[in-house]
Amino acid sequence: MSFLHASEMRGGYGGADILHGCTLTVQKGEIAVIVGPNGAGKSTAMKAVFGMLKLREGAVYLDGEDITGLSPQERVYKGMGFVPQTHNIFPTMTVRENLEMGAFIRKDEIEPTIEQVYELFPAVYEKRNQNAGELSGGQRQQVAVGRALMTQPKLLMLDEPTAGVSPIVMDELFDRIIEVAKTGISILMVEQNARQALEIADKGYVLVQGANAYTDTGANLLADPEVRRTFLGG
Amino acid sequence: MDILNALVAFTNFVVVPATAYGSQLALGALGVTLIYGVLRFSNFAHGETMSFGAMVVVLVTGLFQSWGLSLGALPTALLALPFGILATALLLLLTDRVVYKFYRKVKAVPVMFVIVSTGVMFVMNGLVRMVVGTDDRRFSDGARFVINAREFKAWSGLNEGLALKTTQVITVVVAMITVAALFWFLNKTRTGKSMRAFSDNEDLALLSGINPERVVMITWLLVAALATIAGTLYGLDKSYKPFIFQQLLLPVFAAAIVGGIGNPLGAVAGGFVIAFSEVTLTYAFKKVVTYLGPDSWAPDGLVQLLSTDYKFAVSFAILIIVLLFKPTGLFKGQSI
Repeated sequence: MSFLHASEMRGGYGGADILHGCTLTVQKGEIAVIVGPNGAGKSTAMKAVFGMLKLREGAVYLDGEDITGLSPQERVYKGMGFVPQTHNIFPTMTVRENLEMGAFIRKDEIEPTIEQVYELFPAVYEKRNQNAGELSGGQRQQVAVGRALMTQPKLLMLDEPTAGVSPIVMDELFDRIIEVAKTGISILMVEQNARQALEIADKGYVLVQGANAYTDTGANLLADPEVRRTFLGG
Repeated sequence: MDILNALVAFTNFVVVPATAYGSQLALGALGVTLIYGVLRFSNFAHGETMSFGAMVVVLVTGLFQSWGLSLGALPTALLALPFGILATALLLLLTDRVVYKFYRKVKAVPVMFVIVSTGVMFVMNGLVRMVVGTDDRRFSDGARFVINAREFKAWSGLNEGLALKTTQVITVVVAMITVAALFWFLNKTRTGKSMRAFSDNEDLALLSGINPERVVMITWLLVAALATIAGTLYGLDKSYKPFIFQQLLLPVFAAAIVGGIGNPLGAVAGGFVIAFSEVTLTYAFKKVVTYLGPDSWAPDGLVQLLSTDYKFAVSFAILIIVLLFKPTGLFKGQSI
């Protein structure tokens, strides 16, 4: 079984379902990207994986363990890291304090992990004593990813990490995400910039109306004429 | 022209009392701002919390005095302070358990919390009156002055005297120590940082594994200490009068909002802004003006902008001006 295995997820926020049998799997050290039109349930699918949405049907397995019934906090302890799309930093705390708070659940020495984050994101190191709320959009996203990495997660989930940042910053963020994956951390990411995201993806999911429409490697999806025509604008 | 006498008169009647009053307001506003930052509501019961804390200190002080315990030149109340803090902490934790916890659980809107805290205010107010009644009590003992007006005149040869009461010095010193300790706690300790994180972004704090109930408990403990110290210092400086604390609520809130509610640094600054405005606007400047101008210019009136009866109007006016033009306060706080 894959490292993350979320199968046949159905559910919504009360009332009608948003997810209609959505299945997501991620292997160790792999980058999986969820793309799809607006309202397809991309973010909802990710929230379901993280336990922020109660499933009516389906199950979520992490490393072979059934975690369907666990709360988001408990999933953090199990090795999941989540970077929300917005409000993903502590604005009036310094960048360093943001990282420290990310590691709040850890009882061991966190200094080496902070050093690793600094190495991965030189901009974070540069701004370490500044309040996170004073940073630019791209720098904030780096702090947010850094904060999530502080628990040393085995699966990192990113909800539209490049929303609202310039194309140059986006490329840089994707480069960093590839580096994170190289350290053996699995990555599940929701993206609006479908083309660029699929370029770095080992696996891509095209979601339509809360169900899997296409699933393949990123490169194959990019090459698929049907996917290109319908979702990537030619 | 007599600049020196004018300066001494101004210091004696404005700077010294306003600094002491400002310290008391700052401590009160810090309590309000902490609750707003962490529990996200304006706690109207804060004045009565200060009253309750001060009441316990007054009673314990009386007990110590009857035992013959004292601190020499310092007021016995300082010795009783820890007991007041402890009793207030118990009261606040009990109130939280019995009242506020329920509204947190049902995720009540902030305005509901404000109304609930108003109810708590009346209950605490009644509690205090049942225990000690409504009389005025003086409980400061020890040395009365650090600098005596008459001695100052003899020493300096000036017409104007400068008096510095022991309670004023203690107020400022204790306030400084308290504020320094609070800022150290909030900025340097893991628990303090987790409180700021919770105040900054509740959802992300939960995701980071910060326990909300623990943060709430620690907030109440800090508020108990701040409120008791503020109430006791105010009572030492003036006298302990249960009724006064309901009125004190306005300048305390004004201080917190002027500084930027939710921002501890702002609460301290706001306390002094309000205190200096109140005292300056209600002070009769006749003496100062007479010293500064030529003899023939001596004014007939008091040169007082506002009667002291209107001192609460000053904080109210500042409060409204700030809310209209800079709702986030002088330091970046949360907008109300």
